[in-house]
Amino acid sequence: MGCVLSVTELCKTYGRESVAVDGISFSVDSGQIVGLLGPNGAGKTTTISMILGVLEPTSGTVSIDGLPLRTRRTAALERTNFAAVYAPLPGNLTVVENLRFFGMVYNVVNLTERIEALLKQYDLVQFRNTKTGLLSSGEQTRVTLAKAMLNQPRLLLLDEPTASLDPSTARDIRARIRDFVRVDHAGVLWTSHNMYEVEEVCDRVLFLSRGRILLEGDPRTLPAEHGKDNLEDLFVTVAREPLSLQQP
Amino acid sequence: MRTRRFLAIPVRQFYLYRGSPARVLSLFAWIAIDIVLWGFISRYLNTVASPGYNFVPALLGAVLLWDFFTRVMQGVTMAFFEDVWSRNFLNIFGSPMSITEYVTGLVISSIATSSVGLVAMLILAGGIFRLDLFLYGVAAVPFLAVLFLFGIALGIMASALVMRLGPSAEWFIWPIPALLSPFAGVFYPLEVLPQWMQFVARGLPPGYVFENLRRIVKGGAFSSAELLAGCILSIAYILLASLIFQGTYRFVVRTGLMARYSAESVS
Repeated sequence: MGCVLSVTELCKTYGRESVAVDGISFSVDSGQIVGLLGPNGAGKTTTISMILGVLEPTSGTVSIDGLPLRTRRTAALERTNFAAVYAPLPGNLTVVENLRFFGMVYNVVNLTERIEALLKQYDLVQFRNTKTGLLSSGEQTRVTLAKAMLNQPRLLLLDEPTASLDPSTARDIRARIRDFVRVDHAGVLWTSHNMYEVEEVCDRVLFLSRGRILLEGDPRTLPAEHGKDNLEDLFVTVAREPLSLQQP
Repeated sequence: MRTRRFLAIPVRQFYLYRGSPARVLSLFAWIAIDIVLWGFISRYLNTVASPGYNFVPALLGAVLLWDFFTRVMQGVTMAFFEDVWSRNFLNIFGSPMSITEYVTGLVISSIATSSVGLVAMLILAGGIFRLDLFLYGVAAVPFLAVLFLFGIALGIMASALVMRLGPSAEWFIWPIPALLSPFAGVFYPLEVLPQWMQFVARGLPPGYVFENLRRIVKGGAFSSAELLAGCILSIAYILLASLIFQGTYRFVVRTGLMARYSAESVS
């Protein structure tokens, strides 16, 4: 298993006082889904923004598939893609136009075939010529995920990918992402506030609080290791009493 | 730099124009109004002014060239604004597309839209008012080149400004051509301006175009040296604009303004 994402001593401060991310280090291996968990403001989105190169770290490094983001940005991001609720696709383009546009941006080979395959895979064939902004939020999420799969990324960043999906569609999407990871040996960094989902899909979780990694481990065994009944209880403790969980 | 990557921007613009008659109309509406208005003003001035001086190539021709410059600048900014309006910055700047590829894509979009506008203006001005760019002879080429290059430079600088200040700064951009026109000598010779304005005008490439245009209409010869100076100045502005855009991009990525762009948190 190769390492597709390596984050070392990553730090982001705004001014002198405000520390958004405080020297975190972690890695994601190929074939692995890693959950990045934590309460609002813990630094999850800041971390993802730095991995995507839209936010410059104050210090620390990010390497994607062995390529340092700082010096090999284009090559590193050619192997990456993402889907996030706060990054919708342009609503004034149709589904196919959006996929073609981003397919060109990611320089996808055999783009037409790739688009057709993704339309089928994400049940978007009937919406191919519909403007993306006219779709329901669940359908838009599927288009965003199809865009994220265009270049068959080695590293996939998913920021609450199932937030606006109904339970049935969400389950379906989770299964497809797991299949993608298994078949393409990609690595996924996944943020979610749905602990049931995290337990179902993630091989490993990182609990982030106040910009630091507080806990790390298997989501199925981690609650018991800290005297909690389930992942949700552990999450609540991280959010309310992080000091009680601080590792020495 | 990958050709396919920067071509994505003009392809996206093509999709948008294809799907919206209102956008297509915007390519022609204002320039058509300008050409018709200034065409009739020029005709009227020909009837009241002393014979021998033709206002059509002097005034209507100048308006046509100024509109071309405006279209070039707006061609860049409109393509950039698409990403602002559709909140597409994270998708674009979190992709492998480099800043050079992105700006190249904006420039190619502008070439396409401003060419359409230029052809429409030439057809209207030629068909109704018998304006012919060939009247300016070979000088028409540097006239267009200087205005095109300066339009691109201003478009890039304007985009950098909106990237830095946020979506609400869009209104700064629209009046830029109107603010520059008094210094560019579109309607009058630069010698009528006060000294300080003439000094500013010499730093702006369009002044060299319109001074030479009037010289040709009066039957004189254009100055190759001045037009060359205009070209060099325009290229210098493009280099400066590219540096400003790169610097602004680095700034917004460093400070977090890019990641929180829609918040318009200017700092």
